[in-house]
Amino acid sequence: MTQLALVIDLNVCVGCHACVTSCKEWNTSGPAGFMTDENPYGKDPTGTFFNRVQTYEIGEFPNTETLHFPKSCLHCEDPPCVPVCPTGASYKRESDGIVLVDYDKCIGCRYCSWACPYGAREIDETQKVMKKCTLCVDRIYDQALPESERKPACVLACPTSARLFGDVHDSESAVSAVIREEGGYQLMPEWGTKPANHYLPRRKTRMHIHADELQRADNPLNKEQRGPRAPVDEPTLDDSTSW
Amino acid sequence: MHPAFSVIFLTTLIGVGQGVFLALFTGQSYSALELLPVQDSSRFYGNGAIIALVFLIGGLVASFFHLGRPERAWRAATQWRTSWLSREVIALPIMMFFVFVYGAMQHFGWDVTLFTRANGANLQLTLVIATLGMLATFALFICTGMIYACLKFLQEWYTPLTVINYTLLGTASGFVLTTAFASHSAPELMRFYGIWSTIIIVGALITRSASLIRNGRIKAKSTIQTALGVRHNKIQQKAMGFMGGSVNTRDFFHHASLLFMKRMKWIFLVLVFPVPILLLWVGMANNNTGILLAAFVVQYLGLIAERWFFFAQANHPQNLYYQTV
Repeated sequence: MTQLALVIDLNVCVGCHACVTSCKEWNTSGPAGFMTDENPYGKDPTGTFFNRVQTYEIGEFPNTETLHFPKSCLHCEDPPCVPVCPTGASYKRESDGIVLVDYDKCIGCRYCSWACPYGAREIDETQKVMKKCTLCVDRIYDQALPESERKPACVLACPTSARLFGDVHDSESAVSAVIREEGGYQLMPEWGTKPANHYLPRRKTRMHIHADELQRADNPLNKEQRGPRAPVDEPTLDDSTSW
Repeated sequence: MHPAFSVIFLTTLIGVGQGVFLALFTGQSYSALELLPVQDSSRFYGNGAIIALVFLIGGLVASFFHLGRPERAWRAATQWRTSWLSREVIALPIMMFFVFVYGAMQHFGWDVTLFTRANGANLQLTLVIATLGMLATFALFICTGMIYACLKFLQEWYTPLTVINYTLLGTASGFVLTTAFASHSAPELMRFYGIWSTIIIVGALITRSASLIRNGRIKAKSTIQTALGVRHNKIQQKAMGFMGGSVNTRDFFHHASLLFMKRMKWIFLVLVFPVPILLLWVGMANNNTGILLAAFVVQYLGLIAERWFFFAQANHPQNLYYQTV
């Protein structure tokens, strides 16, 4: 059964927030919107975002690395936010596994945001209903868009291709292949939510240079016997000729 | 978690209402078994039911302030198959219905004797209604407690002690209020209620202390390593991606200092347990309704602090993602 999800490659994410802004731009005027913006040009701007990027430092100075960590709703296979909703506004679609909120039923009691261990659900302070990433369900099935653009806005916006979109239950899909091959993992597995969004770990590419690679150990053109010697008082063409 | 006063008032107020009703039920059932003298139905049981109903309605009104869209609140009853909040939304009106019917029957004297025992003790219809109300009361305590106790990520809440504490604390506050009420309307029962209040308060002290001890020993299952999936011992957040705050920073943390938390803990431990017991026995010794009412008020204020602390103590794992601006 299909489970659409995102795979986020932490190895190449540079923390540019393009996914954050493109998500906000797409959804604020769509069926998942509007997305509240308070004091957008003022002192303490705050508002509703479906996707946020956090930054961490790993290690201790001077051996530190920076990790940029985008996180949106992980569309869990066993979503804890669905059974706790008293009105049934929170539901998981059978057909593609996307977890959505029905804004007409939601009473804004915030119980689902308590139940999400990842903090993916936010109450919209103006509309007073709970909102979250919809996996751009209005984009991925939109026949008016060209095939290549039927992906979530964040996936299209990422300049480093750190976000991939596909069916994680289909073992032939690109996302399943990359999870298998690059060691994709889930967040907070101890709670058994089985999030569908996976993260690819950071990888270091290391080159090991051996000392004898810096100096040629043998001369491939050197034969058992010495080659013909050039006349001493003429310039030599070194090893490239045998005479 | 951020303690929302709407929910604090909701749970403490309905706790009082439920406790008062349980006290009335206890009194009437003891009377039916001839362990206590029978009371005047309208004056004691009728007015007592009105008191219980006032607190229940107060709690219900407070709950609406927690909703973003209260006009759709009726929808909250539809998912009773999966959601404890939905079950509470059904249990509360059912309990209020029984309290209302019981109160009306007692107030207007519309009682029916169902059968009479040889030695004169009767089974009244009001007692049957009260029994159904008692069952609804316990169901409501369980539903309210389970709303919090079913969230396994909130390790401080995920224990049967949460449900037990809600039940005992609510019942204790109701019994204390009934003691004060009895000193005014049914003086023969005052000592009975005072003794039971003390027993329940002591029981609640034991269970609430047990949960405090347990919470002090919790080892968090979620760490920054499991939250990010990075295996390194030293990970520190440098930015959360925004500076103006969000629902994630406002709704999941109490924003008070550690010292304030410690003070609240001692405030509620003192105001909910020893002080009301003291005031109860002083009030009963002097037959002073005022002192007994003071016991209730002091305990109620302590319960507000206790509920605040209950919410503030819970550590949501999402806070791992929001530690540094």
